[in-house]
Amino acid sequence: MRSQARLAALLLLPAAIAVFGVVLYPAARALIISFYDVDSPFAGRYPFVGLRNYTDILGDSRIWTAAGHTLYFTVVSTAAELLFGLALALLLAAPLRLRWLFRAVVILPWALPTIVTGAMWRLILNAEYGVANALLTQLGLQDGYRSWLGTDPFLALNMVVVADVWKNTSLVAFFLLAGLHTIPRELYEVARVDGAGPIRSFFRITVPLLMPTIAVVLVLRTIEAFKVFDIVYVMTGGGPASGTQTITFFTYLQAFSSQRFSYGAALAYLTVLAILMLALLYLRLLRQNQLRGLS
Amino acid sequence: MTPGRGYRIFIHVAALVASVVILAPFVWLLYTSLVGQNDLSTVPLRWWPSHWTLARYRDIFAGRQNSVAAEFRTAVVNSVIVATGTVLVSLVVGVLGGYALARLRFPFRRASLMSFLVTYMLPPITLIIPLYLLMSRFGLLDTKLGLIIVYCSLAIPFSLWTMSNFFGTLPTELEEAARVDGCSRLGALVRIILPLSRPGIIATALFAFLLCWDEFLYSLIFTSTANAKTIPVAIAEFTGRNAVDFGLIAAGGIVASLPPLLLTLALQRYLIGGLSSGAVKG
Repeated sequence: MRSQARLAALLLLPAAIAVFGVVLYPAARALIISFYDVDSPFAGRYPFVGLRNYTDILGDSRIWTAAGHTLYFTVVSTAAELLFGLALALLLAAPLRLRWLFRAVVILPWALPTIVTGAMWRLILNAEYGVANALLTQLGLQDGYRSWLGTDPFLALNMVVVADVWKNTSLVAFFLLAGLHTIPRELYEVARVDGAGPIRSFFRITVPLLMPTIAVVLVLRTIEAFKVFDIVYVMTGGGPASGTQTITFFTYLQAFSSQRFSYGAALAYLTVLAILMLALLYLRLLRQNQLRGLS
Repeated sequence: MTPGRGYRIFIHVAALVASVVILAPFVWLLYTSLVGQNDLSTVPLRWWPSHWTLARYRDIFAGRQNSVAAEFRTAVVNSVIVATGTVLVSLVVGVLGGYALARLRFPFRRASLMSFLVTYMLPPITLIIPLYLLMSRFGLLDTKLGLIIVYCSLAIPFSLWTMSNFFGTLPTELEEAARVDGCSRLGALVRIILPLSRPGIIATALFAFLLCWDEFLYSLIFTSTANAKTIPVAIAEFTGRNAVDFGLIAAGGIVASLPPLLLTLALQRYLIGGLSSGAVKG
């Protein structure tokens, strides 16, 4: 037992050093920085300001706007990804011909780098030369060319959602497919013998037994979506009129464009707090669900 | 009872529609990279281009220095070095630590497992400010080494978690038999466990590689020149300069997508196994 503990300590040492050096220590530094007013990357003495950064943030209306965008983006994209992901997972599990080919197609958006996805949608949605305008206009679905990303903030935000859903639905689909494979086939046999149709067995067997997987996916996707940055950066740069600025994007601007490192650090900590509360909320919901399943 | 005819038609039509929605944007990217600039800037759009060209790919792979195309080439090389380096480091660290977490009994085992997992949940934006200040003091800004160190913060917790989950699924009997025959713990790890763990190691390496290849925020902040800039940053900067050279953006995007696409397609059976064992069960 003692020797096992010693060996474990030895084997975990590299991991512990790495995690301490690049995660825990910086996380602690960030917390300290958030109580000072650090406005340059150089070492030196900076004034201690206590909680002022935090109170400034809570009184800054731009934060609440960015939080609104983030919330909208998170809710809409996560919901759409779950819905489409479930449909794709059911299709991937269905007796398709050329199933291997369909599987390869569904993997594609997941393997595509996020920045490439964003750049791709930016080309597609280009106001003058993009294929979206050309196609929709020539099909008579839209009167004239419109600026998808350039003038209407809400339209631009929705286009960022479209790009994100296009990319991340495939990951959700494969998670749910893995969950589908854990459901025993016999249950469906029994249901059929009992006279249940496919729709009934979907809602009585598939959905309830898939719930744990759905919950995990929901947590992971919500947290990822809440941190969204890359796709906003490359598609809209936060515009038009700051209409697609998210919390992470705003934090990035404050810290690295305005060199307000302390303000950024405080903002980042508030983000962690929000994510933590989301995760706890989900865990509670999940536990309640499980209890209901048992009783 | 076999599924009805209507059902079979329905699923095939649905799969076809889904495939078109998934493939169409990507096909457009490919198309943009392959047709002449004239065809890209004609309004209204001509659906069949007047000429095709591979010039942009030639520029990226063999063009002269100091062009945007050559910048893409350097950035791809940087991405390969940084991602490979991070995967190697995180695999060694993850295999050793994962084995300890899965097989050894020691105080605070669960607590340490959870603390590694929590570090994985911390958003990069929290760590990026102090990391930036630290790296600028150690002269690690704009270096590939600095980027590898930072990427380890993403890849190590991940590979620890998946490797320890994977080791947990292996039967203990073989290992015990080897120990009875006089093998040390580490000997059993190398001779018995590692050969059995090929699927887990490949899945972990693939995920870690994709994680690094896709990473954008750290690279954007910590790199500034061709010395360490990775391909996502090169593409985003070129796109953001509002260049009208759509063709080159697209060709750069295709080149950047090739390594992850080929790896994923070649290793997809490991990927799906990795998803179901590493993430869903964990």
